[in-house]
Amino acid sequence: MKAAPYLLCLPALVLFAGVVIVPLGMTVLLSFHDWGQYKGIEPVFILKNWQEVLGDSYFHEMFARTFRIAFFVTLLAAVFGAPEAYILNRMRSPWRGIFLLVILGPLLISVVARTLGWALLFGGNSGLVNKALMGMGLISAPLPFMFTETGIVIALAHVLMPYMVLAVWASLQRLDPQIENAAVALGAGPFTVLRRIVLPQVMPGILSGAVIVFALAASAFATPAIIGGRRLKVASTLAFDEFLNTLNWPLGAAVAMLLLAALVAIIWGTNRLVERRYAQVFA
Amino acid sequence: MAFLELEKLTKSFGSHNAVDGLTLGVEKGEFVALLGPSGCGKTTTLQMIAGFVEPTSGAIRLGGKDLLAMKPAKRGLGIVFQSYALFPHMTVAENVGFGLEMQGVAAAERRTRVGETLELVGLGAFTTRFPRQMSGGQQQRVALARALVIRPQVLLLDEPLSNLDAKLREGMQIELRQIQRTVGTTTILVTHDQAEAMALSDRIVVMNQGKAEQIGPPHEAYERPATPFVANFLGKTNLVNGATVRPERISFSTVGLAGTVRTRIFQGNHWLYQVETGSGLVTVIRQNTGEAMPGEGDGVHLAWEGRA
Ligand SMILES: Nc1ncnc2c1ncn2[C@@H]1O[C@H](COP(=O)(O)OP(=O)(O)O)[C@@H](O)[C@H]1O
Ligand SMILES: [Mg+2]
Repeated sequence: MKAAPYLLCLPALVLFAGVVIVPLGMTVLLSFHDWGQYKGIEPVFILKNWQEVLGDSYFHEMFARTFRIAFFVTLLAAVFGAPEAYILNRMRSPWRGIFLLVILGPLLISVVARTLGWALLFGGNSGLVNKALMGMGLISAPLPFMFTETGIVIALAHVLMPYMVLAVWASLQRLDPQIENAAVALGAGPFTVLRRIVLPQVMPGILSGAVIVFALAASAFATPAIIGGRRLKVASTLAFDEFLNTLNWPLGAAVAMLLLAALVAIIWGTNRLVERRYAQVFA
Repeated sequence: MAFLELEKLTKSFGSHNAVDGLTLGVEKGEFVALLGPSGCGKTTTLQMIAGFVEPTSGAIRLGGKDLLAMKPAKRGLGIVFQSYALFPHMTVAENVGFGLEMQGVAAAERRTRVGETLELVGLGAFTTRFPRQMSGGQQQRVALARALVIRPQVLLLDEPLSNLDAKLREGMQIELRQIQRTVGTTTILVTHDQAEAMALSDRIVVMNQGKAEQIGPPHEAYERPATPFVANFLGKTNLVNGATVRPERISFSTVGLAGTVRTRIFQGNHWLYQVETGSGLVTVIRQNTGEAMPGEGDGVHLAWEGRA
């Protein structure tokens, strides 16, 4: 019988359905329910929440902010993470292990603890970062970091950097160890080797790292909540507020579902692009 | 003075000498093979010529000029790596044209020369393919074309055929030899395959633990090995009563060293025998001429030149 493989898959499928599909379906349903200050949640089918989320400029601004932050976090992570991975990959035996631990170590520490660290560094006009920048003469007046998008971007980029480093590092490991020598022997200088030989080959790694970082940045909660404070809302902190403060669960569900749908669309689109672009080359 | 000179070339990794005082002169247009077992320092030697490994001591001169003072990118050598190291994101034409682009050759001339070189290696019709879409043998030719198109002063080949299957390898050996004859580039081949080294090169350098045990034409090294290591590495040998004898030099006779055939293996163009004698086990190789040959268990007499 051919049923055995399916039967063996069954427990995992049941678990998957139980913890992912069912709650997700319930959230979708929830987003179509009505809610009132005094009547609470009413299990009816209306489009009010979706109309509000899609039509109100407050939500437009909030989603724009969410994806703007995610975009700059991804950019920052790529600009710093890719070279970091390259340098890491060129290190010799003991150092490579040590620095890999230094880079991945933060993953072992709670996001909240790491973000509070940044809050301390940024904090007020006498924060360490501002003191250092002014001390070096780079700025004359303190820059606002707390409760700004800049602050959120910097802290999130730090928190999510390891994912980019890991993705790029994985693609660097697949490089032929002699490929740079081959280019050098043909007369290429160090910069040409990086731009023409190494970068195109790790591009799929950078893109897959970017997808992970973007998704995590757009749905991040703790960092925007701590650095952004109560006024600078992003999608996840807003959904959280609707659920726990306003108690307008249906509206929160609509926000959460829209974020999910947008992320799925972006990730799927990027994957299609990567696959079509690199199918021939890296089959 | 030779075209390419290695003088007392030494490379140490810690206390271990990977290459140990290697001196070698290569004439212009010559095909020289560095032959030796794995780990004897062949690749390290090649990488020092290419400039990717810095010698601990010694000198390398090319056309009388100090090569070690030059950066690897400026040496103008053609290198074929064991893994080919083709650029996977570039087409065949882009791979081969890369070196010319680095030299600043104009696009039109580049196209002509890339086309010519690909014709030379028999890949004229494959310019727009990516390396992944080609067989091992074809990738090998692309790597060769990429190295040759820049008209290198010296062509360095590191085990270029070892990733090919046996049949393809033989075909490529003949082709490689013909291409080298056509373009006349001074060539150094690194290999652990003695048949390949002997088939391709004008001279072989038999290396052992970083040292050259013998340098000379393949035939001479085979016939008059300088050391027991060379004798063993270049082919099967018998040590009979203190003398070394090649198995194909021993014939079955009515007189001579008496023995009994222990095993007989048919290998197509020849028979391989193991004969038990009073002086130990002797290996004998006889051409297959279609005649009847002694079978296992038969009593035989062995004769060879210098001994009846
Ligand atoms: N980067 C290195 N560090 C330490 N030892 C090395 C290094 N490269 C080569 N060796 C050693 O040098 C010796 C010669 O290596 P190699 O030239 O690659 O040999 P071959 O190509 O003849 O097989 C080997 O014992 C090898 O382990
Ligand atoms: Mg080697």
